[in-house]
Amino acid sequence: MKRHLISAADLTHDDALLILDTAEEMARVANRPIKKLPTLRGRTVVNLFFEDSTRTRISFEAAAKRLSADVINFSAKGSSVSKGESLKDTALTLEAMGADAVVIRHHASGAPHRLATSGWIKGSVVNAGDGTHEHPTQALLDAFTMRRHLAGAPDGGPTYHQGPGDGTGRDLAGRRITIVGDVLHSRVARSNVHLLGTLGAHVTLVAPPTLLPIGVESWPCEVSYDLDSVLAKSDAVMMLRVQSERMNAAFFPTEREYARRYGLDAARMAVLPEHAIVMHPGPMNRGMEITAEVADSGRCTAVEQVGNGVSVRMAVLYLLLGGNEPAITTENRTEETK
Amino acid sequence: MSKILIRGAKLLGAEPQDVLIVDEAITAVGSDLTVSSAESATVIEADGQILLPGLVDLHTHLREPGREDSETVLTGTRAAAIGGYTAVHAMANTFPVADTAGVVEQVWRLGKESGYCDVQPVGAVTVGLEGKKLAELGAMHDSAAGVRVFSDDGKCVDDAVIMRRALEYVKAFDGVIAQHAQEPRLTEGAQMNEGIVSAELGLRGWPAVAEESIIARDVLLAAHVGSRVHICHLSTAGSVELVRWAKSKGWNVTAEVTPHHLLLTDELVRSYNPVYKVNPPLRTEADAIALREALADGTIDCVATDHAPHPHEDKDCEWAAAAMGMVGLETALSVVQHTMVDTGLLDWAGVADRMSFRPAAIGRLPGHGRPIAVGEPANLALVDPAYRGVVNPVGFASRSRNTPYEGLELPGRVTATFLRGKATVMDGKLT
Ligand SMILES: [Zn+2]
Repeated sequence: MKRHLISAADLTHDDALLILDTAEEMARVANRPIKKLPTLRGRTVVNLFFEDSTRTRISFEAAAKRLSADVINFSAKGSSVSKGESLKDTALTLEAMGADAVVIRHHASGAPHRLATSGWIKGSVVNAGDGTHEHPTQALLDAFTMRRHLAGAPDGGPTYHQGPGDGTGRDLAGRRITIVGDVLHSRVARSNVHLLGTLGAHVTLVAPPTLLPIGVESWPCEVSYDLDSVLAKSDAVMMLRVQSERMNAAFFPTEREYARRYGLDAARMAVLPEHAIVMHPGPMNRGMEITAEVADSGRCTAVEQVGNGVSVRMAVLYLLLGGNEPAITTENRTEETK
Repeated sequence: MSKILIRGAKLLGAEPQDVLIVDEAITAVGSDLTVSSAESATVIEADGQILLPGLVDLHTHLREPGREDSETVLTGTRAAAIGGYTAVHAMANTFPVADTAGVVEQVWRLGKESGYCDVQPVGAVTVGLEGKKLAELGAMHDSAAGVRVFSDDGKCVDDAVIMRRALEYVKAFDGVIAQHAQEPRLTEGAQMNEGIVSAELGLRGWPAVAEESIIARDVLLAAHVGSRVHICHLSTAGSVELVRWAKSKGWNVTAEVTPHHLLLTDELVRSYNPVYKVNPPLRTEADAIALREALADGTIDCVATDHAPHPHEDKDCEWAAAAMGMVGLETALSVVQHTMVDTGLLDWAGVADRMSFRPAAIGRLPGHGRPIAVGEPANLALVDPAYRGVVNPVGFASRSRNTPYEGLELPGRVTATFLRGKATVMDGKLT
């Protein structure tokens, strides 16, 4: 694996499986009375957030703490970030503090890439979402969730909502994943298209043409403007959050029309194959891209995704920072049996 | 009386000849010219180097007044001399904006004082570049600066009525409107060329149609009112087609291309290195090829640098926060040699035409862009095309270092530049 995690496109099939399998191990730790591993003791992980995202920040924070790392939360929002120079100044400060890993969330696409390649810092950089570019750990937790449900049964097939299985060692070959919504502005969609493709899944993006980027035809996926035509053959449907402000820029006429054409309601959910799951990266706009009925149904994995986020981020931090030893040593295994 | 004898120079790339300069003018061109030792002439052995008319840039940002931290008239004209230029057109987007006779005369005077290169100020089309109210175009023309090129460059004159009026108004004194073609609504927050790369990088796109739609409108307007329009920094294959069409109609349309749009593409943005951030943005390989072909066949009249200096801190940040623009004066000829001459698209006579004769003609600039002939002012650049060197911005004469070519090996070097018979550059160094 590379030293940084900037883009899901940087992950090979082996890298991705290693992260997902390690995340399964980490998930087992979460079920123990003592949830902590000593693996990253004495290492410093900085959460550098230029954009508010409590959900993502606490997920990374929990992941680092469960690995016994020292965590520094650095919220740069509200400081003079418009000038941009503060990214460099902040990076130099973190370097002086001896950060082993910097988890960065930034409103500007490419900021993590700049941080990793500019020579400002020596530590590993983990992209926790940059502008409208990528959010690779979100894609990893999505893939982790899909794998548990769609390849988690003992025979490698779907679990039919009998709770998540264990997909260790498996990829998503042949699974059909539909991603619906504001692809143009979505870093989640970009990372998922890369990662799911690497894992062998067939991805279809569904959106009004205004919310698909010019150039999307070069992506390794299918594109459709018609949600109803793809539902019956989807193993998972991922609904992206759509900000209603987008209609002010004429991306779509009204919230009502958006919901009618691209929202997931019970009628549409009924068309899905029996084993199919409904996903959402959160926070959900109930009534916009997803109805409350669907969001609260047993097929929706939104809450589970949040929990899986911690396991996946533990795996990423562990593999970037300490990766040459097994995550769970015999010593901690003994602890486990106590 | 000063005398300079250049021996064995290929005039515009032709057979080697000698050129004698006495004071400000060329007094003899021929074979085996001699000067008696008593005359104490400076003799330059050109040894087969190319002698070109002094280059003329239609599009330079000298930043003074207002942004002297990035460039001054003095440092900018020194950079121009190093690049083989003897005249540059200084864009109007300074602080204050060059929208009055007072400001253009100030810039013009600073150019005179620098002594490295003639500075022809460009006047703003509208007050404060705001696109609302015509600036005093006539007063700027009548001033000591004698402005003939008007541009709101940096911004587009997007109001069709203002553009029409400006085009019409400057006919009274044979002026030209140089349009920065960028439809503003289509490019709000735009960060790079809209296409495959922007889709992947998640950077907001600057679509080709935002340039082309303005060009289409403006060539039609120019035709309608019988004026001449000049299109700044053409960057797309579609723009080339529009200009070609307008010229085929016999309309008075001219266009320029920058060296960076001839050589670089949006693939470089994948590095998120803001040194590649420029406006209009770097486009695709297909666009760059179309631009080269159009420069070769004359559809595009000239190369203009769009030299845009920025201080280090304005580029040492994340992409979205970075300033747009690249320095270009000191590397322009090398890039043109690399993309046009070494590829066989243009010969040196063609380079003289696209980098001196035509830009001077578009700007109606007296004394520049003249043939290398007896009686002409001695504005000349001597170029060693065999030279190969790696671009190192540390050695730049410009105050700024924001070059996209750092570390790149480029051919050719200006070994000497003469401004009205006075050497501003000798042995590749400022005098
Ligand atoms: Zn411009």
